Amino acid sequence: MAGPVIALRDLVFRWPGQTGPCLDIAALRVEAGEQVFVHGPSGSGKSTLLNLLAGVLVPDGGELRALDVDLPRLSAAARDRFRVDHVGLIFQQFNLIPYLSVLDNVLLPCRFSPRRRQRASADGGDARAAAAALLTHLDLAESLWQRPATALSVGQQQRVAAARALIGRPEIVIADEPTSALDAARQAAFLDLLRRECAAADAALLFVSHDQRLAGVFPRQLAMGEINRATGAAS
Amino acid sequence: MSHLLPLALRSAWNRRHTLGLTLLAIVLAVTLLLGIERVRQDARAGFAHSVSGTDLVVGARASPIQLILYAVFRIGETTHDMSWEAARMLAERPEVAWTIPLALGDSHLGYPVVGTSADYFVHFRHGDRQPLRFAGGRPFEALFEAVLGAEVAQRLGYRLGDRITLTHGGGGFTGAEHDDKPFTVVGVLARTGTPVDRSVHISLQAMEAIHLDWQGGAPIPGFSIPAELVGKFDLTPKSVTAVLVGLHDRAAVFALQRELDGYRAEPLMAVLPGVALSQLWDLLAVAERALLAMSTLVVAVGLAGMVAVVLAGLGERRRELAILRSVGARPRDLFALLALEGFAVTLLGALLGLLLVTVLAAGLGPWLQASYGIAPSHAWPTAQEWQWLGWVLAVGTLASLLPGYRAYRLSLADGLTPRI
Repeated sequence: MAGPVIALRDLVFRWPGQTGPCLDIAALRVEAGEQVFVHGPSGSGKSTLLNLLAGVLVPDGGELRALDVDLPRLSAAARDRFRVDHVGLIFQQFNLIPYLSVLDNVLLPCRFSPRRRQRASADGGDARAAAAALLTHLDLAESLWQRPATALSVGQQQRVAAARALIGRPEIVIADEPTSALDAARQAAFLDLLRRECAAADAALLFVSHDQRLAGVFPRQLAMGEINRATGAAS
Repeated sequence: MSHLLPLALRSAWNRRHTLGLTLLAIVLAVTLLLGIERVRQDARAGFAHSVSGTDLVVGARASPIQLILYAVFRIGETTHDMSWEAARMLAERPEVAWTIPLALGDSHLGYPVVGTSADYFVHFRHGDRQPLRFAGGRPFEALFEAVLGAEVAQRLGYRLGDRITLTHGGGGFTGAEHDDKPFTVVGVLARTGTPVDRSVHISLQAMEAIHLDWQGGAPIPGFSIPAELVGKFDLTPKSVTAVLVGLHDRAAVFALQRELDGYRAEPLMAVLPGVALSQLWDLLAVAERALLAMSTLVVAVGLAGMVAVVLAGLGERRRELAILRSVGARPRDLFALLALEGFAVTLLGALLGLLLVTVLAAGLGPWLQASYGIAPSHAWPTAQEWQWLGWVLAVGTLASLLPGYRAYRLSLADGLTPRI
């Protein structure tokens, strides 16, 4: 991928019913394979930015291009398709569907996206093999794979979520406070694994957190307070 | 859509306990609805099958429904008798092919006793013009001989050759036994699924004989005629309750009916069984509709319960919906997921209800027939029942759109970060 995976210009977003914008970003570029730490207190517009990048929300003005695609111009269904095809998401907690096994949780994007399924198959021979490889890389023993997702510890669940975000090598991985439910030792270990696997998959990583201690390992850091010109923003 | 189905199944299985209870409510509601509909149909069919091939029922002038109920179904109030002369007159008319005189009033352990002639066993038809068959024995010939309906014989354990005592009136009064003139069982009829099964048949002459020494519903005090002497009396019946009439040509039925209604010697009434039955159904229609309304309400309650359960579960499933959204599910996929679940539960409930009603009909059929004379006739659902099931399914599916729409709204409002 030659160009930037994410390119914003004069991006404005306001929640319906609010007068002022909650997000107003002059410019932001994320290159392919780049790993960026985005920090800011709650209420600084992190979640809104995340929802915009994932194509769930549509900006009120400005330019939002991902992988050279003009996201706001796409239909809602096309944005949903774009998300599953090109974006892997990891949340703070409760990432997994309780009634699915670990392996089936990892395979969820392949269920919705033929592109992810194809790319996963190209990686591992078939999608299950790719999922197995990712789980192994993320230190999840094979004995856990068929267990229900809820039977795992929080740390294990976050690693399963990472495997799901990475399967089929999406170009963008967005992690929203993925380590805040983990203790300090596990935070570092998880961060290492995640950065290593994103690099291996050649995926750009947007790591959103309010915890500045994690910032050190990232080559690039962004403060929401600095890039977001709007005041009185809601998260 | 195909990628959603396995997810919907796994999700439903995960909530199988609450969904199972919801399903049970729908199954029972559908069973009730279909059961009431079946009993209604079968009761009608049972009544319609009880008189077949009879063109007119003639009796003393009263309410046509009352005459039919009493003469054919042996339920309801006693009607006035008509004279034996009128019955003879009927039998001798040229357009009349056969007559079956019926004299009712006595009973045996709660089962009605029917005084009739041997023509009963020749001309009476039930169901689809089927004649009576003997499971054992023969028609009565000698005076104190009785032919039992299938159920009387089975329930009371009578065999050929057993001796039985008749009771004056419907029973319940002591000292009203005709115990001085016992009858011998000489025949048992095959099961018909009609009131014939519950009847004890004797000859009109025997009916006359056991009442020789009776007057006004009680034995004449100090006067009794032993059984062996009754042959010395004139046993020609004086009156009968009703006469079933079969014609050579059905086209004559209205002319004969008019003529009998204007009969001068005594007030007679001729009733077309089909017309009287449809009058009876009109009378019962209100009750039927009330029952149907009740069972419809039960179905509505079941479906409302399902919607409530699915809606209530939606709060807990907001995370699940957000996760599905993050891996590419569109809001309309989530709509489909929820609507599909309601549809599937309703469909399963309707089918299991149908199955349960069929199993119950098969299992309880003999008991229903014995106790109420209702024979569950069809194992396969009728067009009407399919229509009911279709309605249940349609309403259930429509109701499921509500949680579907709610999930759709939630997923649009929440995006990837559910506000819980």
